[in-house]
Amino acid sequence: MVRSYFLLAWTWTRAAMAYPASFALTTVLGLFVAGTDVAVILIIFANTTSLAGFSREETLFLYGTANLAFCLCDLFVSNVDRISQHIKAGTFDTMLIRPVSAWIQLATDRFLPTRAGRVLQAAIVLGYAISALDLGSGRLWMVPVMIATGVVIFGALWTLAGALQFVLTDAPEVTNAFTYGSGQLTQYPLAIYGRDLVRGVTYALPLAFINWQPALYVLDRDDPFGTPGFMRFLGPVAALVLALLAGSAWRLGIRHYRSTGS
Amino acid sequence: MIELDRAGRSFKVRRSLKLKGNLVHAVCDLSFTVAPGEFVGYLGPNGAGKSTTIKMLCGILTPTSGRVRVAGLDPSRKRTTLARRIGVVFGQRTTLWWDLPLRDSFELIRLLYKVDRKVFKTRLDELIETLDLGAFTRTPVRQLSLGQRMRGDLAAALLHAPDVLVLDEPTIGLDVVSKSSIRAFLRRLNAEQGTTVLLTTHDLGDIERLCRRVMLIDHGRLAFDGTLDELMATAPEQSTIEDVVTRLYTGSR
Repeated sequence: MVRSYFLLAWTWTRAAMAYPASFALTTVLGLFVAGTDVAVILIIFANTTSLAGFSREETLFLYGTANLAFCLCDLFVSNVDRISQHIKAGTFDTMLIRPVSAWIQLATDRFLPTRAGRVLQAAIVLGYAISALDLGSGRLWMVPVMIATGVVIFGALWTLAGALQFVLTDAPEVTNAFTYGSGQLTQYPLAIYGRDLVRGVTYALPLAFINWQPALYVLDRDDPFGTPGFMRFLGPVAALVLALLAGSAWRLGIRHYRSTGS
Repeated sequence: MIELDRAGRSFKVRRSLKLKGNLVHAVCDLSFTVAPGEFVGYLGPNGAGKSTTIKMLCGILTPTSGRVRVAGLDPSRKRTTLARRIGVVFGQRTTLWWDLPLRDSFELIRLLYKVDRKVFKTRLDELIETLDLGAFTRTPVRQLSLGQRMRGDLAAALLHAPDVLVLDEPTIGLDVVSKSSIRAFLRRLNAEQGTTVLLTTHDLGDIERLCRRVMLIDHGRLAFDGTLDELMATAPEQSTIEDVVTRLYTGSR
């Protein structure tokens, strides 16, 4: 599985290099777009010292963890959302005749190594936030756990979005709202949002476990919404449940695939 | 090698936003067996269910009723295992990677199908020679002519030495020379390596020159199954194969 993944990713990388100008341009543009996110946070903090009780560095920590997970998924998984194009063009059929899972073929489809630049950008922001916050080393173990949790949750969201395309072939934008929307939503402290929305992203769509809940533990803060302390550690459980759900939805989608005429 | 037992596939066709749709049976109660080494022509008018059958054979579509077995495997449940034993060619679309040179596509297939390097090398050289691919193995697939691409697709489908080869209109849009070279190649493949071949086509020349057995499907049901001679015997003498097939297509409507 891993071997097939990297084989296909490498193949697409070489195909992308066949157009060097476009390759260079997407790298630069990607970094620029990613830079604007940080700029927004810095502009906010040029005008205020705290955002819903969170300092600039704490906000950058939340941004860095969520964005690192998001960009890793954007690099390695997000191409599954191209499934609706493949279903409509009939090229999904050709993926199903290979001895490799369709999910892997889609995830590597037109793999763009230039997105790695944004992963690096997120990692730098996170590194800066951690060193500026001067966090005690006792709670830092949670950081890799929350990144892994975030990758699984975002990956599962993209897979769910892909599975939905088997039914809603004409509406990839609807599912994009969930994937990219979740990426945007988790960049800020959830405390800035309304109570009902936060409940929704805690108990229904478990976005709060990507960074918010575990970050409260790392930053040693109480939840402004008053959730009990044990919830800081539920991230991996939430990620597992969502991943299982996404996996079965995907398999169900493939079994109900209708192909195109001819 | 191929076994269908009352296999069926139906689609729900929804009109506007009504939840209850009409059930359309693309393939209905279809039963047939293809023995190892057979070369079978699979005929039928447009929309008869040919492609649906083929897609059930390679696991792309899950049958809604009945049983399908290819090389002893249930295609929709063991799709990736079956992929190593079946070769599939769609005349309407390529299975190759659009931006890659043919040679790179072949190498990728070797790695994905885990074919031994030495075995692969002999097989590839053989295919390059018999399909006359030598002149364009370094050309990206998108720049190949239809005839070249089709031969490339055939080679790609055979690199892992499948037991069964399923061809969905492989000669569509090809000129007479390309057609005859592909036919010659398929005949040799079947005779020398014993590969089982199931061929759908609208080109009756393909059928006359290649297939010992002919199956004809219409409205998702088998309308004829027998040898080419038996097929010809269903019509008055002096009829051409076109006449015979036209009779069967129109007669069953």
